[in-house]
Amino acid sequence: MLLLNIDAAFVIEKVILISVILMGSLGVAMYATWAERKVSAVMQDRVGPNRAGPFGLLQPLADGLKLFFKEEIIPDRSTQFIFILGPCLAMLTATMTSAVMPWGPDFTMAGRTISLQVADINIGILFVFGVVSLGVYGVMLGGWASNNKFSLLSSIRAASQCISYELAMGISLIALLMMTGSLSMKDIVTQQHGFWKDGYFTWNFFKQPVGFIIFLTCSFAELSRAPFDLPECDSELNMGYHQEYSSMKLGFYLFAEYINMFISSAVISTLFFGGYNFPFMDQVQAAVPSGIFSLICVGALMAKIVGMILFFMFVRWTLPRFRYDQLMKLGWRSLIPLALINMLVTGGVILLTMKK
Amino acid sequence: MEKLTKRSVQIDRSPMTIGERVYLPSILKGLGITLGHIFKKTATVSYPEQKRPFSPVFRGLHILNRDEEGKERCTACGLCALACPAEAITMEAAERKAGEEHLYREEKYAAKYEINMLRCIFCGYCEEACPKDAIYLSETVMPASFNRKNFIYKKEDLLIPDPKKQG
Repeated sequence: MLLLNIDAAFVIEKVILISVILMGSLGVAMYATWAERKVSAVMQDRVGPNRAGPFGLLQPLADGLKLFFKEEIIPDRSTQFIFILGPCLAMLTATMTSAVMPWGPDFTMAGRTISLQVADINIGILFVFGVVSLGVYGVMLGGWASNNKFSLLSSIRAASQCISYELAMGISLIALLMMTGSLSMKDIVTQQHGFWKDGYFTWNFFKQPVGFIIFLTCSFAELSRAPFDLPECDSELNMGYHQEYSSMKLGFYLFAEYINMFISSAVISTLFFGGYNFPFMDQVQAAVPSGIFSLICVGALMAKIVGMILFFMFVRWTLPRFRYDQLMKLGWRSLIPLALINMLVTGGVILLTMKK
Repeated sequence: MEKLTKRSVQIDRSPMTIGERVYLPSILKGLGITLGHIFKKTATVSYPEQKRPFSPVFRGLHILNRDEEGKERCTACGLCALACPAEAITMEAAERKAGEEHLYREEKYAAKYEINMLRCIFCGYCEEACPKDAIYLSETVMPASFNRKNFIYKKEDLLIPDPKKQG
């Protein structure tokens, strides 16, 4: 059995990495709920949570505890198995994406090169897209199994919204991938090394600004966050697809949403803002040992992710919700043609400047 | 059409221009507004730690006053009960016995004095009606309770502490 010929240290290393990433994304998601409330409060001249612990920092724990103690209600006429499967799927797909993210550069410890990426597969981006599209199933199944017309409507909305915006997202990404020439997340990050090289920025944001805007808009829609939070639009659909959910099953849905936000911030940072790269990293790398350098890189990536999350919140508390026809119009009539044009222009430029 | 108010604005319903349909300029404008709000002061008063001063005309929970020597001022004349629009005040008068001069200022006093705080509307008419300056509305908010009985304030609840015993 050649397949199982893996040494134990490798397995231990990956297990530790996976648990750290899992715990990390859960922790970030937890504190994202706190940050969301705090950000919204600051923007609306309020105080926000400040009772549980200093600055209300224990609020997420209190909320989690509350959700665990709530009564578990499964509607009588629901399809029970699928009803339970829904939030599980949502949570599963939310946490799966982090597997292909390069969280930092490799470093050597005790004679081993340790990679801060769970799996460097050569189709990293495709994996992310695949898993993100699976995320619709969680919402769709949950909404359908609830046997509630509002949930069903909301889940249909969520599904159609995700599918429509995935197109524009994919096309905008093709333009980026034409420039990088690789689907591996690791390669894409390595290409954006540093900040400035050969008289131009290395980060993809400066090479693909239009692609970035399309990608960003689409990720708002994929995350179903304001201004595209139609699946949860409470004025029309009460609570959307999680209307019938209670206790930790509801918590899973809400939590999955925040994990998704974390992951998608990570993907955006990796694809467009150079991942763990930061200006003057070569000088820093020369000055400190490789382990500490890796940590600094992880810190840089985390800073970018937190910035993105704050931007997501910032937009949510600024913009009003789109109407459903406006959403579809924006997706199909504006973003997809724009993405196509962007792709063509990028292709043309690459063709013209290509060195034979 | 004639305008109904000066503040009404006719909504422009012409189709959006390309500049408007891009959304980005108006989105940036909106983000700028919310960004400005980050630096604004909050209007919140964190209540139990921070208390807002009452206005000088605030009418809160009643107190029954004593004079400087600690004698009760109330003579149970019933004017407060008469003035009360909510009929919240009940009292029973009694005559002062010999040897009770240090307790009551005049020959008649209130043996029982009750205010039903659930009826009271805190209008302050009792305070205005009192000829002896015996009842005042203080700067205290009525505490909540689980029991209706607790809202009927007896004389012991209303009387202020004896200034002589305190000193």
